[in-house]
Amino acid sequence: MKILDCPLNGPRNISEFACGGEAIEMAHPDTVSDAAWADYVFGAGTARGVVREWWFHVPTAYWFIAERDTGTDEVLRTYPASELFGPGGEAGEGA
Amino acid sequence: MPLGLIKYGLPGKRRARNPLPSAGRLKPRYDVVIVGAGGHGLAAAYYLARDHGITDVAVLDKGWLGGGNTARNTTIIRSNYLTPEGVRFYDESIRLFRGLSGEFDFNILYSERGHLTLAHTDAALRTMRWRAEVNKHLGVDSEVVDLDGLAQLCPPLNLDRGERFPVLGALHHKPGAIARHDAVAWGYAIAAAQRGVEIHQRTEVTGILTDKGRVTGVATTRGRIACGRVLQAVAGTSPLLAAMAGGRAGGGPRGAGPERPPGGGAGGASPLPIRTVPLQACVTEPLKPFLDPIVVSGSLHVYVSQSARGELVMGGPTDPYELYAQRSTLEFKEGLAAPMLALFPFLAEVRVLRQWAGLADMTPDFSPIMGLTPVRGYYIDAGWGTWGFKATPVCGKRMAETVATGQAPALIEPFALERFAAFRQLGERGAASVGH
Ligand SMILES: Cc1cc2nc3c(=O)[nH]c(=O)nc-3n(C[C@H](O)[C@H](O)[C@H](O)COP(=O)(O)OP(=O)(O)OC[C@H]3O[C@@H](n4cnc5c(N)ncnc54)[C@H](O)[C@@H]3O)c2cc1C
Repeated sequence: MKILDCPLNGPRNISEFACGGEAIEMAHPDTVSDAAWADYVFGAGTARGVVREWWFHVPTAYWFIAERDTGTDEVLRTYPASELFGPGGEAGEGA
Repeated sequence: MPLGLIKYGLPGKRRARNPLPSAGRLKPRYDVVIVGAGGHGLAAAYYLARDHGITDVAVLDKGWLGGGNTARNTTIIRSNYLTPEGVRFYDESIRLFRGLSGEFDFNILYSERGHLTLAHTDAALRTMRWRAEVNKHLGVDSEVVDLDGLAQLCPPLNLDRGERFPVLGALHHKPGAIARHDAVAWGYAIAAAQRGVEIHQRTEVTGILTDKGRVTGVATTRGRIACGRVLQAVAGTSPLLAAMAGGRAGGGPRGAGPERPPGGGAGGASPLPIRTVPLQACVTEPLKPFLDPIVVSGSLHVYVSQSARGELVMGGPTDPYELYAQRSTLEFKEGLAAPMLALFPFLAEVRVLRQWAGLADMTPDFSPIMGLTPVRGYYIDAGWGTWGFKATPVCGKRMAETVATGQAPALIEPFALERFAAFRQLGERGAASVGH
């Protein structure tokens, strides 16, 4: 991967971005079991295939979501995080 | 045809040595199956046979012997770590390494050069002091040296105060060494095979068979094998193999589609918190020997040593994100060249000959994972990230002990997988993030 299509800035050189890791739901620290919290904090091992990740465009401080294949390094789609976490988003409760 | 060739070359007089017999057919059952014929798997097989009399062992590899990270690493061997647990562990490895050539009757080109970790900031210098004190306390030879000391230990190093990040001092670790990585794998393979261990290359494990929480065998591309004990030693693909032994139970999938490593939560299976990230390295054309010590700069994110052939072996930090692909990038080379030239400006004229990548299995605390798993009879040797070559002998020896006795010896007990669920991490980042 050399170029990443930022939803805010368009296609930019990959060196302008930082990967924020897989976009997983945060367990609630007050209610979750210790084991599940450890699982959330330390994360599961890298999956091979298409994963949903947080990416950050450093110069504009903009976080968004990318769907990337960890076997081929192909990016299938990038979109604003609101699509996933916003109202009506698959993982969101509204904010 | 020259007469000498007929006289000495004909069979029956002096036969060509074939130290590694071909393994032939897979048996339907073994006592122990080891997945991964890298240095770690082969060493474990050797010590199982040598120390525990367990020889009904098959070592399986999807590729070829030593073709994983074992043949891709930059062979730095040292024990100047940060945690007492780590220092003790790697120190035993150095003691084993020193005897290997003699033990195998096969030269692994073990070469003690001394290891310098440069400090470019006060904070880095403080970490060096910390490491030196922990090391000395445990009988490991490390000390902080100033610029005069450095100039003596490594004359070609650029100590100019006018640099953007001038060198302030270094941690000097005398036992620091390099060795021939292939020879380590072959040495263990030959010695294990001589004791009856079977090494099956091009045999991929595609499934782990379990029954009521106990391992019963493995599925491979060449059929099923029954066995009572399995040792996983696959470095970069650790999350994928572990997933076969027990999928993410409870907590729900983190996303549909990709192959999933095992997870914790309601089902009780422990997570394997390992991120797989490419790690690259390169070598230059051969030069006259001029660089004796291994030189690492944690602040500039580069390291270099000169091989027995005269090539400069150079590397840096891991790639910036997770990926299962052993490809090389221009970004890596670019990122390496600038800081390397700050340390050794005259290298600007030197050409890079080869560049390659391996898959580093990174843990959150930069320490390995060794020992038991929630699946009985299934043992794990993983999380070796960028630092596992130096551990090959000690890990092989101690994992063999674990497999033979069903219990992790005290030396590796702190590295158990369950340390994460208990928040008992062994933070080695300060000693392992660049200096492999
Ligand atoms: C560029 C680079 C530089 C490094 N530098 C250093 C260094 O200077 N010092 C240091 O101490 N460490 C270093 N390391 C780390 C070190 O190389 C590794 O930690 C170590 O070699 C791991 O050895 P291993 O035997 O566990 O794994 P590997 O040598 O990777 O062996 C694992 C084997 O498992 C096989 N396998 C995988 N999946 C399956 C399956 N499903 N079925 C059958 N077989 C399978 C693979 O084919 C492979 O041969 C470096 C690594 C890299 C990539």
